[in-house]
Amino acid sequence: MAKIGNHSGAPAAKAAGSLKKRIMRHWQLYLIILLPVIYLIVFKYKPIIGSQIAFRNYNFRDGIWGSAWVGLNHFVTFFKSPQFSRVLINTLGLSIYNIVVGIFPPIILALALSYVRSRIWGKTVQMVTYMPYFISTVLVIGILNQMFSLSGPVNNIIEALGGERVHFMGKPKLFKTMYVFSDVWKMTGYNAVIYISALAAVDQQLHEAATVDGASIWQRIRHIDIPSIMPTAVILLIMACGKVMSLGYEKVLLMQNDLNVQTSDIISTYVYRIGLQGMQYSYSTAIGLFQSVVSLILLVTVNAISKKLNETSLW
Amino acid sequence: MNGKKKTISRENRIFYICNNILLLLAFVIVAAPLINVLVSSVSSPSALIRGQVTFWPIGFNLDAYKQIFQSRLLLIGYKNSIVYTVVGTIINIVMTVLAAYPLSVKDFVGRKALTGLFVFTMIFTAPLIPTYINIEQLGLVDTIWAMVLPGAISVYNLIIARTFFQNTIPDEMLEAARLDGADDICIMTRLVLPLSKSILAVLVLYYAVAHWNTYFDAYIYLSSEEKFTLQVVLRNIMSTAAALQEMADATVDQSNRAAMIEVLKYAVIVFGSLPVIALYPAVQKHFVKGVMIGSLKG
Repeated sequence: MAKIGNHSGAPAAKAAGSLKKRIMRHWQLYLIILLPVIYLIVFKYKPIIGSQIAFRNYNFRDGIWGSAWVGLNHFVTFFKSPQFSRVLINTLGLSIYNIVVGIFPPIILALALSYVRSRIWGKTVQMVTYMPYFISTVLVIGILNQMFSLSGPVNNIIEALGGERVHFMGKPKLFKTMYVFSDVWKMTGYNAVIYISALAAVDQQLHEAATVDGASIWQRIRHIDIPSIMPTAVILLIMACGKVMSLGYEKVLLMQNDLNVQTSDIISTYVYRIGLQGMQYSYSTAIGLFQSVVSLILLVTVNAISKKLNETSLW
Repeated sequence: MNGKKKTISRENRIFYICNNILLLLAFVIVAAPLINVLVSSVSSPSALIRGQVTFWPIGFNLDAYKQIFQSRLLLIGYKNSIVYTVVGTIINIVMTVLAAYPLSVKDFVGRKALTGLFVFTMIFTAPLIPTYINIEQLGLVDTIWAMVLPGAISVYNLIIARTFFQNTIPDEMLEAARLDGADDICIMTRLVLPLSKSILAVLVLYYAVAHWNTYFDAYIYLSSEEKFTLQVVLRNIMSTAAALQEMADATVDQSNRAAMIEVLKYAVIVFGSLPVIALYPAVQKHFVKGVMIGSLKG
């Protein structure tokens, strides 16, 4: 990932002249970036400031700044409620399951593609596996529902093999598995591209030297390829860990039904349900803020750890 | 691709066989559902309901598609999605470039702080309700602007663009332009942008696909049917039996209705993914390029 703010070359104050001069020299840049900064304030920072309603009893009439201050009440209510442990466990369970299952398929696919001997076959597989990334979540869930419906193709196969039809989309126990493996289906090809570009950057002389020394492909994968894509894997893992808490609304909401809500209710969907549907604005904001803060802490922590261990980091 | 060798050892031959089996498996897992959806959408309802349809259409017909093209809501959704995608992407590109160029200039005072300001919003997002209240206060609920303004800049794309500007435009060229008296606006529009066509193409693709596929924002911010996006209409059709029944009624007698609804579901999926899949072969290689630029260290 891009490193933020590295001053290669030009030591900051080298250009003689005062700060004022340096600012004046590029006055147009401030003009150019004015619109994006306004956007940032209006659409990103204003809602962050508005998050203070988590500490108030928000009502429409008194507004964000005028509603009664209640401190941490909403947070305490949430932590004491039975929903707290349920949505937290569901969120973490789903995220971790998703990370664990999702990390290897792209690496395996990238390696397999980089050692394929027929160029056309390789391109075909890459193109086909990459395709689901472009299909919207709504349609991926539509396809999932059709494939795994009681009368759908998967159940037809199960029955033909002598098994019993399974209500895949309705069983609370199967929700996480359906979510995670449909994600693998959609994302593997896309994520593999990142590894493919990392593999392409490996010095070919290493491979040639190893081949001359009689190394098999397995040995080359183990000792050359895997180490060289580790930094990429670590970065993707960092990003994934930072998102453990903030698993999105979209896909879970689309998969949620009355039958599986016990296991499919995660923090995001709970925030949505009690906030936009239940109109408990402050309470919902408190839960959302808890989620955002924990995500931030997680991301900073994991990033610091990886920086120390690996010298790879997001910033 | 890696290191060619004329004679292949036994160990490596086994590797190649396993490798091809693995790739075949990946191919089948991804392609099978897609083919099945396509084939089911053009098969006869009775064959489908009997579970006879796998990878070849049985009783080929296009009745389901004829119904779809008469659905007013689907066509409105299509039109809206195109409008939101075009307008949204134009705004995205303009705003992203306006932010990325200044942040790429090395002796721009305040660059670090401003970059931090942008990056912070990527790692800390306001909860749903304050975001919603903000959009409501701005009077954007149930307007196209709720679809195109809140996500005007993706910080991830901003970093990709900034990194590209930094890495591909030679410093000497910028210096020479400055010595010739070019100001920043001139450098950005006449020098940097013409040299950055490839990254702009990548950004257009990223943003456009995101707009086309987005569901949640449209779902919460839009309330009138006339403004719904395709994804919302698709979801409504697939999750509410009523909409499908209405379409099915027009084609077949009552006994076959349930079967026709199934065919319609498949046809709706094909109809919805058609534009992206049709453009896909053309845009695919640009996406790969984008991923590579994105993974560069700046």
